[in-house]
Amino acid sequence: MNDLVIPTGQGLYCPAGDFHIDPWRPVERAVITHGHADHARSGSKRYWGAAPGLSLLRERIGYGAGIVPLAYGQRVEFGPVTVSLHPAGHVLGSAQVRLEHQGQVWVVSGDYKRDPDPTCTPFEVVPCDVFITEATFGLPVYRWQEPAEIAREIHEWWQDCKAQGLCAILHCYALGKAQRVLAELMRYTDETVYLHGAMTKLVKLYRDAGVAMLPTDAIGNQPKFFDWKGRLLLAPPGAGGTPWMRRFKPYSTGFASGWMRVRGSRRRQAYDRGFALSDHADWPSLLRTITETGAKRVLPTHGNTEALVQWCREQGIDAAPLKTEYEGEPQHDAAAVADSEDPVANPAG
Amino acid sequence: MRQFAALYAQLDATTSTSAKLAAMQRYFADAPPADAAWGLYFLLGHRLKRVIPPTRLRDWISQLTGLSPALVEDSYAHVGDLAETVALLLDARLDRIAPDQASAPPLHECVALLQSLAGADPDLQRDTVFAWWQQLPFEQCFLFTKLLTGALRVGVSAGLAARALAAQSGVDVAVMQHRLMGEWQPSAAAFTALQAVAPAQQSPSQPYPFCLAQPLDDAAPDAVGPADAFLAEWKWDGIRGQLIRREGQYWLWSRGEELLNGRFPEIEAAAASLPDGCVLDGEVLVWKDGAVAPFALLQTRIGRKAPGKKTLADAPVIFMPYDLLELDGVDVRAQPLQQRRSALAALCDRSAFTPSPTIDAHDWDALRAQREQARQREQARQRGVEGLMLKRRDSVYGAGRKAGLWWKWKVDVLTIDCVLVYAQAGHGRRSNLYTDYTLAVWSGDALVPVAKAYSGLTDTELVAMDRWIRAHTLEKFGPVRSVEPLQVFEIAFEGIQASPRHKAGVALRFPRIARWRQDKPAAEADTLDNVRALIGR
Repeated sequence: MNDLVIPTGQGLYCPAGDFHIDPWRPVERAVITHGHADHARSGSKRYWGAAPGLSLLRERIGYGAGIVPLAYGQRVEFGPVTVSLHPAGHVLGSAQVRLEHQGQVWVVSGDYKRDPDPTCTPFEVVPCDVFITEATFGLPVYRWQEPAEIAREIHEWWQDCKAQGLCAILHCYALGKAQRVLAELMRYTDETVYLHGAMTKLVKLYRDAGVAMLPTDAIGNQPKFFDWKGRLLLAPPGAGGTPWMRRFKPYSTGFASGWMRVRGSRRRQAYDRGFALSDHADWPSLLRTITETGAKRVLPTHGNTEALVQWCREQGIDAAPLKTEYEGEPQHDAAAVADSEDPVANPAG
Repeated sequence: MRQFAALYAQLDATTSTSAKLAAMQRYFADAPPADAAWGLYFLLGHRLKRVIPPTRLRDWISQLTGLSPALVEDSYAHVGDLAETVALLLDARLDRIAPDQASAPPLHECVALLQSLAGADPDLQRDTVFAWWQQLPFEQCFLFTKLLTGALRVGVSAGLAARALAAQSGVDVAVMQHRLMGEWQPSAAAFTALQAVAPAQQSPSQPYPFCLAQPLDDAAPDAVGPADAFLAEWKWDGIRGQLIRREGQYWLWSRGEELLNGRFPEIEAAAASLPDGCVLDGEVLVWKDGAVAPFALLQTRIGRKAPGKKTLADAPVIFMPYDLLELDGVDVRAQPLQQRRSALAALCDRSAFTPSPTIDAHDWDALRAQREQARQREQARQRGVEGLMLKRRDSVYGAGRKAGLWWKWKVDVLTIDCVLVYAQAGHGRRSNLYTDYTLAVWSGDALVPVAKAYSGLTDTELVAMDRWIRAHTLEKFGPVRSVEPLQVFEIAFEGIQASPRHKAGVALRFPRIARWRQDKPAAEADTLDNVRALIGR
């Protein structure tokens, strides 16, 4: 039997149903897993995406684009192929794509995590024959601590900054991570957090979707000689080291990303503090998910695929890395890898 | 162990010098002296001998975690540090015994235990290491394994550690630096002696901290004062050294605090002519036919611990003193240079040494002319003199780079001393040989890359460096390796300009390696401020 999903120059493609999943070039029909820029690109004729993430997709793809919202679990036919979207727990409205054709079930995970996240619907295990899984953190060294614990560390750092008269600037990805930080910090405070311009709209969309977060205000709304001491600011990683940072001096910088688990990336990027908070599955979650899906064949894509393939084979599971465009990034260039957790992270402004 | 692990985490978590100083001061004050002694030992950059080979540690971690050797290998390749890989892999085990903070023994006991493991039966080694790996919390597990591999390096300079201990104990920084020079065995008593405000008995081998020069601004040398306030000497292209004659013995220290005894029998023989209780600062040079020989010739002597007859004949060395730090057992560093120089001349008259000549020039134009001559001499002889040294006649002998005392006025080629941070394999003839270097200078405690250099070393040096790079790789990023920041290279270049496109904010034109500075510790490489100051030359 032919493969239900194959990699092509445009992206992952389902020949039987004639549609693409997260294509990186314009196509006729695109099923989108979530709103990050490496998965949701504009220019295609027609889109399908999970209803809870509709506003984010519109923000990313454009308000004029034709997007068909699908409720989680709702079935739709692409020719002989039945397609449905299921929660991936990655960011608001993120989805796995389930494809069924002639009794065979494939699941494309998109990006996912298993850890609790108050900003999105938890991951749902979808039994399948073939599992195309992400492998961003596909190495046994990656295991996340409890998000509440990381949030506590972030809060402590902020309070330390306050005590030392510093402004606390936490760099994090604008879509997903920023909102998760704002939601997790509600355990410890009700203070206002100040946002970089690239984040304000996305935070508003999360609020509109009913996600509870700390009160926020735009950095740009503050008067010229505003006292930034003791304030917590969220900014995308791309803002680090730019002249934009000057007005907040003296400050301490932090970065919330799974890559911060490893000391080398922490040091190379010259942030004062690293907080290993990730929206991707850690190693134990990857293994657990593969096991729970019952998949007999696993195709890890983007990230550290080799170790995951190795592990699957050791367990007697048929596995091979699936070449996608993400593989074009040098695997061991730490800077490139660190940027690729979410390339959407460097918007201008 | 807990306190030191906490200190390590604090130092790791900040790029601020003052925060690092404060953290070290707190540690020195709070930790028991027996532990603080070892903490200081590591902060100063010393390491333990490797107890267990890394390959064996990799086998063990595979056994303990149940991960296949291939997965351990993948993890290590990604993390780039074996101890950190071990700590992360153990931390990722869900069935790990709950770490008990209180159970980690004090640092000095930990060190003693490690040292006792060195020659022990492999099964005993394994059982002991397993027991520790199982119970230590993450940070301590990381440090413990670092100690096992003998690779513990803390991200502070020895100078900063000395400053912290000086501030904590109330001892003058220069005195503290002096106490920390030379050989030093960590113990509670030694640590307490270091902190004592009153001077303690010192080993006769102990050198003084070297007085270092700053580069002179070529555009306006007279900004530092009238020319006749300075004593001018040639800036020799040799190895800076300190020759100590005490208690009938002699010691020769390099500026990198390496004991050079045994390498230069000529100097040893000459030292016998010195009276007891004197210390000289000067230059080790190859001297042939009444003149200094190119540095390349001296390099044939640097690595030789016991040179043979032919080497001695081909590259005879001398020690050319230019300062006197101790006479008749009395520290004379506080005397003005003029006075020290006279005493040095008198001393040389009755011993086998010849002092470095002073240059007669009473105004800046005359000095410039002398420097021009030095340049011509350099061209004629390929090397030997790098330029002029200008030292204030009334200056004391300072510890370290004291502003305004000593100036170096190098000949026209611009040079900076950089630290090797990344290496990449070359191409063609140099393929699979790590010959392409990324070099960095200091910005605070961080190293900022300023140049890439591909040429300048001899084939022999390249092969030696390749071996060194492979043995001192911190991390691999595809074809690029980051290495321990230990090797210093003098980089010559044709011009420099401000460049917003480069991380350091400067771009060098035609950088190449002028020299492998094996005599220079990484901490003494140039700073980004020094480099920026060269813009516009």
